Amino acid sequence: MNDPEQNYLSAGWTVRSWLLTTDHKRIGILYLLSILVFFAIAAAAAAMMRLELLTPQGDLVLSETYNKLFTMHGVLMVWFFLIPSIPTVLGNFIIPLMIGARDVAFPKLNLLSWYLFIIGGCFALHAIVLGGVDTGWTFYTPYSTAYSNSHVLEMAAGIFIAGFGSILTGLNFIITIQKMRAPGLTWFRLPLFIWSMYSTSIILVLATPVLAITLLLMSIERIWGVGIFNPKLGGDPILFQHLFWFYSHPAVYIMILPGLGVVSEIIPCFSRKKIFGYKFVAFSSVAIAVLGFLVWGHHMFVSSQSIYAGMAFSILSFLVAIPSAIKVFNWTATLYRGSISFNAPMLYALSFIGLFVIGGLTGLFLATLAVDVHLHGTYFVVAHFHYIMVGGMVTAFMGGLHFWWPKITGRLYPEKLAQLAAIILFIGFNLTFFPQFILGYLGMPRRVHEYAPEFQLYNVLSTAGASILAIGYLLPLIYFLWSLFYGKKSSANPWRATGLEWKTSSPPPKHNFAETPVVTEDAYEYPPLNEIGEHPDA
Amino acid sequence: MNFPLFPQEASTAAAQTDHIYFALLGLSAFILALVFLPMIFFLFKYRSGKIANRAQLNLPTNKIEVTWTVIPTLIALGIFAWGAKVYFDEEVPPANTLEINVVGKQWMWKIQHQEGNHEINELHIPVNRAVKLTLASEDVIHSFYIPAFRIKQDVVPGRFTTEWFQPTRVGTYRFYCSEYCGTDHSKMQGIVFVMKPQDYENWLARGNVRNTLAQSGENLFRRLGCSGCHVNSNVIHAPPLEGLYEKLVPLSDKTFVRADDKYLRDSILLPTSQVVAGYQPLMPTYEGRISEDELLQLIAYLKSIGKETPPKKP
Amino acid sequence: MLERHSIVAEQFEDAEQQSAAAHLGMWTFIATEVLFFGGLFLAYTVYRHFYFDAFAAGSKHTDAVYGTINSVILLTSSFTMALAVQFAKIGRAKLIVRFLLLTVFLGAMFLAVKGFEYHEDIVKHLVPGPNFDPSLPLQSQIFFWFYWIMTGLHAVHILIGLGVLSAMAFLARREKFSAQYHSPVEITGLYWHFVDIVWLFLYPLLYLVQRHA
Repeated sequence: MNDPEQNYLSAGWTVRSWLLTTDHKRIGILYLLSILVFFAIAAAAAAMMRLELLTPQGDLVLSETYNKLFTMHGVLMVWFFLIPSIPTVLGNFIIPLMIGARDVAFPKLNLLSWYLFIIGGCFALHAIVLGGVDTGWTFYTPYSTAYSNSHVLEMAAGIFIAGFGSILTGLNFIITIQKMRAPGLTWFRLPLFIWSMYSTSIILVLATPVLAITLLLMSIERIWGVGIFNPKLGGDPILFQHLFWFYSHPAVYIMILPGLGVVSEIIPCFSRKKIFGYKFVAFSSVAIAVLGFLVWGHHMFVSSQSIYAGMAFSILSFLVAIPSAIKVFNWTATLYRGSISFNAPMLYALSFIGLFVIGGLTGLFLATLAVDVHLHGTYFVVAHFHYIMVGGMVTAFMGGLHFWWPKITGRLYPEKLAQLAAIILFIGFNLTFFPQFILGYLGMPRRVHEYAPEFQLYNVLSTAGASILAIGYLLPLIYFLWSLFYGKKSSANPWRATGLEWKTSSPPPKHNFAETPVVTEDAYEYPPLNEIGEHPDA
Repeated sequence: MNFPLFPQEASTAAAQTDHIYFALLGLSAFILALVFLPMIFFLFKYRSGKIANRAQLNLPTNKIEVTWTVIPTLIALGIFAWGAKVYFDEEVPPANTLEINVVGKQWMWKIQHQEGNHEINELHIPVNRAVKLTLASEDVIHSFYIPAFRIKQDVVPGRFTTEWFQPTRVGTYRFYCSEYCGTDHSKMQGIVFVMKPQDYENWLARGNVRNTLAQSGENLFRRLGCSGCHVNSNVIHAPPLEGLYEKLVPLSDKTFVRADDKYLRDSILLPTSQVVAGYQPLMPTYEGRISEDELLQLIAYLKSIGKETPPKKP
Repeated sequence: MLERHSIVAEQFEDAEQQSAAAHLGMWTFIATEVLFFGGLFLAYTVYRHFYFDAFAAGSKHTDAVYGTINSVILLTSSFTMALAVQFAKIGRAKLIVRFLLLTVFLGAMFLAVKGFEYHEDIVKHLVPGPNFDPSLPLQSQIFFWFYWIMTGLHAVHILIGLGVLSAMAFLARREKFSAQYHSPVEITGLYWHFVDIVWLFLYPLLYLVQRHA
């Protein structure tokens, strides 16, 4: 019965045991495979776009095609890669282990979430196959409701359905974290990843329904030909923007908070000491979630929104930056008098901090009203959000994947190659997106198929960077796959990290814990360090 | 090799915006140094295996946290205030502006000068004079963006939006549509020609225009039948329009509204939404019967009779 | 005690944790529904502010008789639902089934009345679009757009509720619920009461506004 080789992977090899699983760990893997597919398609779209943008003329694809490419890139990356990524892959896998539970609160609902994601994804892919959508991922009216001749409805249906999957995931996490923590695991003993995931789940649950109703109203107007966003009847196209951004701004915090949580796990482990300012880092996640609901109008400073509303949104946007800054300061302070190693997860975490700080600072430029008047709708915005989403979120995802890979698969990835990939990613990323800040201030609008010749130099640099970035992503794909078959087998806790998840075998058994653990320590209780950075007392 | 880093500063707003931009650049560099110099230092000094003092200090965590929360907050509020002030000045036009109408449609810009000159994808304006654009869209949301002036404004169907600037350098500058609007969004751009005042007057005169904007509006006023009710009609009791522009109008729901461009537009397109006190909601809507260009011409006409005294009530 | 154990799903420590999780889960779900309908209510409020007169004119044409009958039906169904929950707490299987089915019946009546009402609305040309009643102001179409969508979405939620209630009745018939295990009935009750509350907001906004002005 207690076969040491039995783990969640070996407990059933049939397709049925995977497709009908209610094991949170298997569901995490199902999500990992699914989001990779969408990432690949969206990345291919980006590659086409960057190739087109090598020259000022629109000579690679038709305008219409280009418009569909950037729409597809945005829709797939936001809703079918970034929003699910850390929550559904790492969150699903790790949260129950981290809190000492046997599974999430509602395992069947968890499986349903995945199916909703897949069904929504099928609608989205079908819309693309039929010819795509050309409204931009933002679906502004009245273009989307009355002018676009593309497959808006089907794409909206796909996002709507997948959205319900997200809501259920968030709901599951809230109940799991609130009700199923192991005895002794009080709120202030929780790992910071849990605080981040809890905050993320609050946003998932409260913001996504607003997206649902917005897409529904837009779709009804498109089908019916009558609606509240069409000025011909006295409707207001700007109301759509308010409804859309009321969800979509919190959505960006759905995308970054989990990454912030992952970094908070990696830094203490590879500094071998407790994080500095635990409570402040924990509360900063909550503050980001709350404040994140109050700033949506900063996407609309030049939309004809009232200038006084603009001022309110601007000041709040400055305030929402503060909790993120606090995290960065605390991470840096954690390094002080630690014992630092540069394994791949740490390289990704450090890379994250660098890129996230740049992304966050450029957010201040955009929060500044007068400067945003110039920068809105330009490549500066594109660079800003890619620094946060790709430089931040995807980097954190990579870091988390590397950190927990031994736990998830029982194998070690090749360390030197992984370190190399992390560095290639950092270089390629900066080369791709830094020139775009300059392009933005120069005045190059976004979502353009062709551009004025004076913008070419920076576009060429950006495309060159993108090719290096691609290598940075391909390498892990290859060596992770390799490690599944040829990687060294991992012990239960290869990083000697704190945390309940590391107390299980690698990979963990199907039911996680034979007996519910009892927690008596705070998080990150690393033993004291000696002069050369070892734990003599351990 | 030309490495342009920012566009020319060609308006009063441009200089102000660039000041904030450079300040933000400086602040960013400072914060990057503040975070990364210590970080890199720690990464080297406390590298695993290197001899260093790693005895844990008992630091006043709360005091440190409060400090590095409050100071960034104050800096943030300062930048906010600066940006808001410049923004306010950018968004509220001064009193005496040269008014020009811009109509955006997929995928071109039509510019109308008060003198009657029409342009497509080009905007000729005099230097050192405040210019106010009234923007309208015939279809979807566009945005009129002049990078060299650091100014943009979305053009939203169903309403007028305005944008003002004061050019400070003679020259040619690009303008773009900066809100994605469909297939040929990338092509929806043009050139601003900032000219010396005399050159501008010459350009206007060369246009060989027959009617000013207001005169075109007057022609429309008659052709569309507006004069039938609004000018001394014995059949229909309609509010007189002379002297109306910018006056306060009493409405049937006991509130007051100022007769600005928005009011005039809504009165023509959605006449039953705001009915003048003492009148019946009889006016038919012109929605679908009049283009944005024509609407602007009508309003130019109504502005031109805005200084006249209204006829005495019979 | 094996019987007891099978009530508690394996991820939970005990029945108490399971019940607490179910309740918190339903409240969280209701929070999402509040945000979902909230967007609609917000949009309604915005347009009512812009087009007060057109909305007033429109709301005179909704049928207050149908609306009031439906309000009474739905409130009564909440009462029968509450009774079903009470009987679940004391494990009276037959009575749980009876009151759940009564709730289903009342919910179905609501939908039937709504169906008749919709039919009349169509006959009276109250569907926004080219056939809209020309005697009403143009922006009353916006009012009716909200009417159809808000009541339609609400009706969808009633329909889903009927499905869940029927499933609960089926389980109750098979004696699945007892004094120790009845949270599915309770949380179904929460959902049903929520749907009722949404109606209690819709009713005045769509039927009573400016009715006698």
